[in-house]
Amino acid sequence: MGVIQVLEPGLFTTVQDLGREGYGPLGVSSSGAADRVSLRMGNRLLANDQGAAALEMTLLGGAFVFPEGAVIALAGSDFGATLGEKPAEMWRAHRVKPGQVLRLGPTRSGARGYLCVQGGIEIELFLGSASTHILSGLGGHEGRALRKGDVLKIGTRYFKSVAPWSASMPNREWALSPRTMEVLKPRRVICVTDGPQSDWFSEAAKKVFYETTYRVAEDSNRMGIRLEGAAIPTPAGGEMTSEGVALGAIQVPEGGQPIILFVDQQTTGGYPKIANVISADFHRLGQLRPRDEIRFQRVEPLGARSMLVFQEMVLANDLRDRRSLESEAWLSKRRSKL
Amino acid sequence: MRYTFAAMEMAAGATFRIASDQSLLVYFDQAMETGVAEARPPQGGERNRSEDRPLQSPITLQANEKVRKLLQLMELEPVEGVRNLHPAYCSLLVKFDALRFSHNEVEGILRGFLTRLDQVKLPEPRMVEIPVCYGGEFGPDLAEVAALRRMTGAQVIELHSSVEYLVYFLGFVPGFAYLGELPKDLVAPRLASPRRKVPAGSVGIAANQTGVYPFATPGGWRLLGRTPVKMFRADRKELSLLTIGDRVRFAPIDAERFAALEKTWA
Repeated sequence: MGVIQVLEPGLFTTVQDLGREGYGPLGVSSSGAADRVSLRMGNRLLANDQGAAALEMTLLGGAFVFPEGAVIALAGSDFGATLGEKPAEMWRAHRVKPGQVLRLGPTRSGARGYLCVQGGIEIELFLGSASTHILSGLGGHEGRALRKGDVLKIGTRYFKSVAPWSASMPNREWALSPRTMEVLKPRRVICVTDGPQSDWFSEAAKKVFYETTYRVAEDSNRMGIRLEGAAIPTPAGGEMTSEGVALGAIQVPEGGQPIILFVDQQTTGGYPKIANVISADFHRLGQLRPRDEIRFQRVEPLGARSMLVFQEMVLANDLRDRRSLESEAWLSKRRSKL
Repeated sequence: MRYTFAAMEMAAGATFRIASDQSLLVYFDQAMETGVAEARPPQGGERNRSEDRPLQSPITLQANEKVRKLLQLMELEPVEGVRNLHPAYCSLLVKFDALRFSHNEVEGILRGFLTRLDQVKLPEPRMVEIPVCYGGEFGPDLAEVAALRRMTGAQVIELHSSVEYLVYFLGFVPGFAYLGELPKDLVAPRLASPRRKVPAGSVGIAANQTGVYPFATPGGWRLLGRTPVKMFRADRKELSLLTIGDRVRFAPIDAERFAALEKTWA
């Protein structure tokens, strides 16, 4: 069985999959990849199960060696990867030769990059998931971020008949369609629905919230994305009876600087929530870097649902034969010239 | 977007509210009229202070019992597409697969469960004793709480360990049990600025609640002591020492006993 050896861990690299659901009554949050769309598509390029465990890197990538070789894909943000000195393109499968080194640098786009390996990272599951929850030190690789010298096993489970360069289709390699790349493109407007306490806030407070461009604060992390900008007038009292909080809930503590609860979120909270990020935009939150600027746009829950349905349809019908996609692109370029 | 059923009895007095595009909150009473002592209504004005011990009020106790009953029902008869449940004092957050269900459909399912709430029998509450070494480096805020409430440290310890607490729910981080209700004379506000790191096992108080930090996390509760008991262990079948509905008592121990117990449970 192959392994990944960590030469350099990068700034903050953890094992993540699609997280663990169903343990809210124990206070366990779902965790999982901050940008689930990237993780899923990275895995699918390799013919993995879309929820296979991968490495999530933050802002600065690491260096990894594969003593027995591997097939990998880089998803999410571009960390300027090189494989054995040559640039390694994003969003495609690469065959890594035994002993070859993959090096990643600082991000050139968003906050998080994913190193997916064919067969997934094989690790003991905690409550059904490989995801790391840093605050409690549970899950993932010893419940912590990777360090130099760590060794991770590569699994053997993937869909062998449709894998790139498999015996049944030796020339085939997968690529993402332009429509999926559109889903993955960064956008500075985040869509939200009303939060459970929206009506606690005055019209003036909502106006501030929807008209302000907020900056992502330095101390944002997987638990919460802290925003800086015009203070939202909070309802008198500020605090309320604690209740369950949803992923993407935007709570407004006293002081009026909003916090978006994210994948490693607390499961309950006592601050009023003015809005909640829609499911179709969760992956965009995972790519927000400190100092990035965002704005909020209100949509109705039904609208949020159709956006999610549309997005899932795009992703479900994705994966193109890389060669035919390239020739299509070439053809359309020719056509536009004529 | 809060709405109440026409047939209130049928729905066990529940109201529903959309929390996000993939979750629905069920409230068993008006959330702002009960609960934590420092909670106040949103638009100014004085909270109804007739209730001295809001967590022990019949409204909150009944609401919390309904939360536990609904949770138990939904755990016994899991619904495909309902992904997670987050119980709290008087509410339950139901997280679902938004590709499968709309809010209305989830509400319909919940309505079905709610009609059967009266038939649910909650298990006999377990009684759990948690040994605590109070004061000193383990309880850095003991003296301040004593000063705030004009009593001695010994009296604070005596009071804190004199009552039986109810586990209203687990939340915040894995295994963190919200315990209530704190004796009235111990009620003290949170720290003005939270600590960056509270050691695991720390026993704290905030308003009329008390609890034990299972992990070294940031926290704003005032720390009275520390327990050597591990509140959450991944290598234990039931994971969390406490579950919703348990009764808890704190038993004062000295530093020597703390060290001995810590060794046996390491």
